[in-house]
Amino acid sequence: MVSHSPVSSVFDRLEVLLPHVSKPVQYVGGELNSLSKPWDECDVRWALMYPDAYEVGLPNQGVQILYEVLNEQPGVLAERTYAVWPDLEALMREHDVPQFTVDSHRPVGAFDVLGLSFSTELGYTNMLTALDLAHIPLHAADRDDSHPIVLAGGHAAFNPEPIADFIDAAVLGDGEEAVLGITEIIREWKSEGEPGGRVELLRRLAVTGNIYVPAFYDVEYHDDGRIRRVAPNRPGIPWRVAKFTLMDLDKWPYPKKPLVPLAETVHERASVEIFRGCTRGCRFCQAGMITRPVRERSVESIGSIVQGMLDSTGMDEVGLLSLSSADHSEIAELTKGLADRYEGTNVSLSLPSTRVDAFNVDLANELSRNGRRSGLTFAPEGGSERIRKVINKMVTEEDLIRTVATAYANGWRQVKLYFMCGLPTETDDDVLQIARMAREVIRTGREASGHRDIRCTVSIGGFVPKPHTPFQWAAQLDWESTDARLKALKDAIRDDKQFGRSIGMRYHDGRPGIVEGLLSRGDRRIGRVIEQVWRDGARFDGWSEHFSFERWMDATAVALADEPVDVHWYTTREREYAEVLPWDHLDSGLDKDWLWEDWQDALSEREVDDCRWTPCYDCGVCPQMGTDIQVGPSGTTLLPITVVDRTADLLAVGVTSE
Amino acid sequence: MNAPAHASAPVAQRLRLRYARGGRLRFASHRDFQRVFERAIRRASLPMAYSQGFNPHPRISYAGAAPTGAASEAEYLEIGLTVPCDPDKVMAALNLALPTDMQVLDIVEGRTAGFAERLEASTWQLALPEVDSAVAAAAVADLLAAERVEVERLTKDGKRTLDARAAIVSLRVEDLVRPTRTDPCAILDLVVRNGSPSVRPDDVLAALRKAGDLVPPVTPRATRLAQGPLLAAGGVADPLGPDRFEVAAEV
Repeated sequence: MVSHSPVSSVFDRLEVLLPHVSKPVQYVGGELNSLSKPWDECDVRWALMYPDAYEVGLPNQGVQILYEVLNEQPGVLAERTYAVWPDLEALMREHDVPQFTVDSHRPVGAFDVLGLSFSTELGYTNMLTALDLAHIPLHAADRDDSHPIVLAGGHAAFNPEPIADFIDAAVLGDGEEAVLGITEIIREWKSEGEPGGRVELLRRLAVTGNIYVPAFYDVEYHDDGRIRRVAPNRPGIPWRVAKFTLMDLDKWPYPKKPLVPLAETVHERASVEIFRGCTRGCRFCQAGMITRPVRERSVESIGSIVQGMLDSTGMDEVGLLSLSSADHSEIAELTKGLADRYEGTNVSLSLPSTRVDAFNVDLANELSRNGRRSGLTFAPEGGSERIRKVINKMVTEEDLIRTVATAYANGWRQVKLYFMCGLPTETDDDVLQIARMAREVIRTGREASGHRDIRCTVSIGGFVPKPHTPFQWAAQLDWESTDARLKALKDAIRDDKQFGRSIGMRYHDGRPGIVEGLLSRGDRRIGRVIEQVWRDGARFDGWSEHFSFERWMDATAVALADEPVDVHWYTTREREYAEVLPWDHLDSGLDKDWLWEDWQDALSEREVDDCRWTPCYDCGVCPQMGTDIQVGPSGTTLLPITVVDRTADLLAVGVTSE
Repeated sequence: MNAPAHASAPVAQRLRLRYARGGRLRFASHRDFQRVFERAIRRASLPMAYSQGFNPHPRISYAGAAPTGAASEAEYLEIGLTVPCDPDKVMAALNLALPTDMQVLDIVEGRTAGFAERLEASTWQLALPEVDSAVAAAAVADLLAAERVEVERLTKDGKRTLDARAAIVSLRVEDLVRPTRTDPCAILDLVVRNGSPSVRPDDVLAALRKAGDLVPPVTPRATRLAQGPLLAAGGVADPLGPDRFEVAAEV
C-alpha cells in the first residue's frame, strides 16, 4: 500500500506480448472518457476490478459509477483492471508481467485498495488469478503493509463468507457513498503516518459498522457441520454489519460520461438507471430483496443524464435500466418525452426489464417509434398459476396472453419468455405447463395478427436459492432432476405438430447451477474449495467453454474431505428455522422472521402485494436502515433541450442547412 | 440530433480520407475501428447519409484495412454526406472526436471513379529489434533469390497457403548509420502488391524465416507508410492525387 518508489507503467513489457494473444485491444485502454490521473498528486489510489473478461466487465454500470465518483475527487485516483484470458495469463507468468490497470498500465499491487465488484459468484476464481498475478498473497492473513486492501462489493458480497480468506473487507449495498467514506478513512490513516499498520486501518473500517472485515469474526461449528455462531473476536467490532443505502438518486447522476470502449463489448448502449430497488417481492430474486427500498430518479434528472450521455459518447441506443423499468411512476411521461425529443434521429430507446402487467402497447409504441419492432421480452418465470403463487410473481396467464396478443396485433413478430426450473415445490407438471403456455401464446398470436410467421422463444434458467431471500432455506433441485424436467419440456414442444415449430427453447444444463449454489450459500469452508479448484486450473467459470463441473466436484471432495459436510449439504439440503446461516451477521435490512414468514407463505401459495401500492408489510428494511420509499410522480418534466446544429459549422461556403 | 433529420437524403458529397492508426490503437481490429469511427462521426455532427432499409447504416466505405497489430499512416476510407461541407472543417471536427492514436491526415472531395482500385500497392516499414542489419540483408537476399516462397496463414476458414514472394515488388534493408543506437535494429523497406488475399508484413516475415532462416528474438513492428498506384519505378503514388487535380465543375 505504501509505494514510496515511483510507480511506472508496465506497458512496454506488455506490448511485446500483445501480438501473440487474442483480441489485444482489450488490454490497451484508451477508451473515450477514460482518465489517467498523475500518481504523485494523489494520496488515495483505487484499482477497480470487474473479475471477468473486458467485454463483460467494461459495460458494468457499478464499476463505471465508482470510477467516475472516485476520479472526481481531488487527490484520489481510480483505475480499472479486468480478468486476462488464459493466453495472456500464461505469457504474463512467463515474462513476469504483473496484473495491470488498463488506464495507465500500473501494477495493481501498487494501489491502496483493490476493489472487486462481484455480480456473480462465478468470478471468484478470476479474483485469485488477479491476486496471484499482482503478487498479492492469496490469503489476507499473509498480507503485510505493502499490499493493497482487497475489498469485495456487488450483490455476491451479501454473502462473502466463501471468499472470507481472500478478502480483507467487504461492502454491502450501494457503493457511491461507501467508496468515499473508505477513501476518507484511508487518507486520514495515511496522513497520520499509517499508525498500527493494516490491522489498525481495517479496525477503523470495521468499527463504522458498515464495512465487514472477516478476520475480525470467528465462526464456530456444531459437530454435524452446522454453524454454532459467528462472533467478533476483538473489542469494538460490531456484531452485525449493515448495508449502505443511497438516498436521493437525483443527487448522484452517475455515470455522466460512460466509457466508450474500442473493443466490442456485450452492451453497446448508454444506460441510465431510472430507479434502484424493487418491492414486487418475487421470492427468488436476490436483487429485489437486497436493494430495497425503491428509489426513483425524476423525469427531469433522467432526461439530462440521457442527453449528457449521448453528447459524451456518440452512442445511439439508450437503455432505461432498473429491476422492472415499466414500474417507474412516470414511465409514460418519460418514454413519450424522450421519444418526442429524439424524433427523426437515429437514437433508439429500450426498456431491458418489463413486467407483463406493467406493459402496455402505448409504451411499446413510444419505444419503437424510432427503431424497429424486433422482439419483446417478458419473464413469467413459472409455467403454472400455482408455481407463480409460490414465487410471488403475480402475473396471470390471462394478463400474459392478452399482452402478447396485443403485441402481435401491433406488428411485433417475436416474443421471448423467461422461466425458471427447479423452483421450490415444483413438480414435473409445473414445468410442462411452460409448453402449454407457449402454445397458447402462438395460437392467440396467430389469431390476433393474422400471420403464421410469429415466434415465441422460451428461455429457461435453473433456479439457485440465494442468501437474504425467502428461499434461502430452500433445497436446491439436484441437477439430474433439472435436466430430466428440461428434457421432458423439450420433448413436449418438439412433439407439438401444430405449434411446436413456432416455439424455440433455450436452456442450460443443471450442473453449473449446483456450483453457483455451492458458492451462493457457502460458508468459510468453501474457500478451500475455491482455492483447490483454482489450483486445478479453474478460470472464467461463467463461460461454458471454460467451466468444468467435474473439476469443481473433484476439488470439493478433496477440500471438504475432513468435514462432515459435502456439496449436497450445501445445495440440495433444506434448512431449518433455527439454523444459523453463514450470512446472518450481515444486515440487508430484511427481518429474518419476515423472510421466514414469506417462505411459509410461499409453501402455502400465498401472495404478497407490492408495498408501493398497498400498506407496508414489515419486511424490516426501512425502519432498520432509516430509509423510505422514494417514488413519484415527481411532477417534473424533461427540460427542453435546444438541439445545437453543430453541422452548420461544417458546411461548405455558400451552402445552408435547409 | 445525432443523425440529422434529413439522414435519408441522398449523398450530396463524397469525402475521401487518409488516416493514421498508431500507438496502442494498432491493436484495434478493423471492426473495432469501424465502431470507433462511426461514433466519432456522430460526435462530430457530420451530416451523414444513411443507407435505406430496416436498419440504416451510415455511408462509409473502408478500403483495405491494415492487419491488427500493425501501425499505419496510410489507411483510406470514403464517407457520404447529405450536404456539401468544407473538407478541412470536417477533418478538424473528426480529429477532435477521434482518439489521439487515430487521426485523419488528409481529406479531399471524391470526384473520380475507381478509388479502391487505385490502392494497388503498399509501402511498409518493418523494424526488427535485436536483429543485425547484415544478418537481415542476407535473409532478404535469400528470399528475393527464391522463385516462390509459400507461407501458411490461419484465416477464419482454416489454414491457407499463399506465395509471399510473388507479391513483393521490392524489399531492402536500410543502411542507416545510427550513432545514437548501440543495440542493433534492422529496418526493412517493403513494397508489396495489394492482392486477394493481401500479403501482409507477417507473411513476409514468415517467408524470411523460411527462405533465409531469419528468426527475430523480439516481435517485429510493422508500419504502413503509403498505399496507392504502383509506379513504374517501383514506388507508390498518392491515391488522392486524381481527386485533388480534378476540377469541381465535373461533379
